[in-house]
This record gives sequence, C-alpha cells and structure tokens, in this order.
Amino acid sequence: MRIEVLGSGCAKCKLLAERAEEAAKGLGAEYTLVKVTEYPDIVARGVMSTPGLVVDGVVKSQGHVPTVAAIQALLR
Amino acid sequence: MTPTRCDCAAPAPVRGPGFWTSGGWLLAALPAWFLIYLGLKPAADWLAFRALGLQAGSRLGEAVAFFAYDAPKVLMLLGLVVLGVTFVQTFVSPERTRDLLAKRTGAWSNLLAALLGIATPFCSCSAVPLFIGFVRVGVPLGATFSFLVSAPMVNEVSLFLLLSLFGWRIALIYTLTGVTIAFVSGWVIGRLRLEKHLEPWVLTVPFEASAGGKGPAGFAARMELALQGTRDIVGKVWPFVLAGIAVGAFLHGYAPAELLARFMGKSAWWSVPLAVLIGVPLYANAAGIIPIVQVLLAKGAALGTALAFMMAVTGLSLPETVILRKVLKPRLLAVFLGIVSVGIVLTGFLFNLLL
Repeated sequence: MRIEVLGSGCAKCKLLAERAEEAAKGLGAEYTLVKVTEYPDIVARGVMSTPGLVVDGVVKSQGHVPTVAAIQALLR
Repeated sequence: MTPTRCDCAAPAPVRGPGFWTSGGWLLAALPAWFLIYLGLKPAADWLAFRALGLQAGSRLGEAVAFFAYDAPKVLMLLGLVVLGVTFVQTFVSPERTRDLLAKRTGAWSNLLAALLGIATPFCSCSAVPLFIGFVRVGVPLGATFSFLVSAPMVNEVSLFLLLSLFGWRIALIYTLTGVTIAFVSGWVIGRLRLEKHLEPWVLTVPFEASAGGKGPAGFAARMELALQGTRDIVGKVWPFVLAGIAVGAFLHGYAPAELLARFMGKSAWWSVPLAVLIGVPLYANAAGIIPIVQVLLAKGAALGTALAFMMAVTGLSLPETVILRKVLKPRLLAVFLGIVSVGIVLTGFLFNLLL
C-alpha cells in the first residue's frame, strides 16, 4: 500500500510519519511511505488541516496524530 | 517561543477501548481534583513558612509561597481545561466550520466566522491549506479572515483560564473584544475587495473538498483522543507556564507593587501601541501568556494595555505571517496585519479609558 503523510514539516507531521511507519511494520504489510510537504500537493488531496494521513489515495485522518493502534486500524 | 508549535486536536476515526480504561476513571477522579485544588494554598504556606522556615511577609518567603501555590494551581487548571476543551473539540472540525460558512454572505458571515473561530481547533501550521479550503468552497474572503483572527486569539482555553484566574469580567471582556476585532477586521477586508491580491495559485491549484475522516465513535474514542491531546498540549506548554510563574513569583516578592504603573499604567498612553508592537512578532498560545499577564496586572499595568499585549501575542505572529505570505500578496498581508493591529490598539485604549 501507499502511505502518504501530509504536512509542511511541523513536529506533528514528523510524529505522524514515525507512527505510520511503526504501524505499517507492525502489520507486516508491504508499503511505501511518502511525505507530502508542498502546499499545492496537500490541497490537491483534499486535506485542510495537517497533519493528514492518506492511504492508497483515500484520506484516512486529518488534523491530529492518531495512536499507532488507531493507525493500524486505518491501514487494514 | 518555537515558531513551529502546533497545538491542534481534532476528531479521529478511531474506535477506542472501553469506558473505564479509556478515561471514565477521570470523571471519577474529579472530586479528588477539587480536594487537592482546595488544599493547595494551605500546603504552599506550610511549605514556605513551616517546612522551609521562611519569614511570612519577607521577600523570599512571599516569592516561594507564590510559586508553590501558583505553579500547581495553574497546571491543574490547565490540565482540566485542556482536557474538557479537547473533548468538546472532537465534535467540531475545520471541515464542518467551512461547510457552515460556505453559503453565507455579508456581515453575518463575518460574525459567524468570528464566533466559530472560538470553538474550532486550529493551528497556524495548517493555515495555508485551511485558507485555500475556505476560499475555494466559496467562503467570502472577509469571513475567512475573521476566522483566521478569531481562532488563535479567542478559544476555550483562553476563556476558561481567564475565568478561573481573573474572574468572569475579564474573561468576558477579552472574549467579546477578541470576537469583535475578528468580526470588524474581516468585514473591512471583505469590503475592500482585495481578492485580486491573493497569490494566483490559491484560485488555480487543483483542489478537492474532502469531507474529512469519519467522526470518532462513542465516548471512549473521544476521551482517548482528548487525553492524547491534553498530554500533547500540556507536555509542550508546561515549561513556559512554569517560567512565566517563576518570573511572576520573583516580581511578586521583589518588585515594588507599582513598578509597572509608570510604563504600563493608564497615564502612559504610548504603552498600548508599544505593547502591541512588541507582542505582534512574538508567538505563544493563551496558556503560555496568561501567567505573564497575571504579573503585569498585579504590578500596576493597566487592564487595556495587558489585554492588548495578550491579543497581539496570540492573534498575530511572525511565523504565521511568513506562512500566510504564501497565499497573500504583500499588499493584502500588510492590510491584514495593519487592520488587526490597529483594532487591538484601539481596544486597549478603549478599556484604559473605560475601566
């Protein structure tokens, strides 16, 4: 799966990227993780509040950092 | 304070664990919270004057007693307030606010935006996508600015902290004037028809209005999110709060009572624009700045001057200006900063005159 972490690089975006990585590894799934930091790219994905989590093109969460367990539920 | 700070908490599409394990125990712990809170003052006096053997009325004794009382008090209040606020905010999201504002026009849209700004979670690091999201679904430019001014300046944290530390009068004054400044400055910007001073990409970039993630399911999930948000926020601001109280304790014990009266008192009219000039580039949230305001007031600063300083610090900031430059051409950015600053200065003058 393709995991995208949307955000211009504030502390919360980095935390979300770390947790998403941990969650994906925990599931043992094959994945690629991309950080989307440019505003036009963030806007094009329909995310208004960062940090955002997009999985295979679908917005899964925005405006907060879910826990690792919660991210795993979103990835499944 | 750090420019990239981001104190947001918003709904999560998360199904959490059961009621008790996730936060129900906190409701049960509320009575204990109140008992401890009531015991803080005697405990602080005991610590300063008995355990440490300091003289009551001495400078050091009063400073230590002030810190020992104020530090746990403000942190306990902050914890409770932020927990309640982040819980309520799981019911609100910028996406919902945007949809509420999308079909409005005229002054009513500015008023509604300023009011929704109180309750909507917002952090300046997502100001650009939020700005574009608002403008592109048809929220009037003026209403977007009303929201941008109100959201960081007036929120539940500022409201409840001011309420518990300074009483309902100051909390009400701050909130009402904050909303008024947001309302008026957004309305003026709307009337000036400055749409052509948006950076062109704002209106041309491929855009999609998503509805956002699913809402959290049930009390447990909301509580879990609120707890996490509280840990994040309190974990980040407590050093600043303690630093503010330490400065306050020192001034409380050592500074003469009327130290600031000459510089920040009513008679020094220039102190209002000066406080705004100093406050605008600074960035701190309400929780960090309120302990400082507490000291300013105690040492003779006029209420209007202190409130203007707090509004300038929370409402406008250098990092936010840099971020907004990506969507606003210099002229519109200058108009925005100018109108809001003038609004805050006038408010400061008004309250120094009235109170």
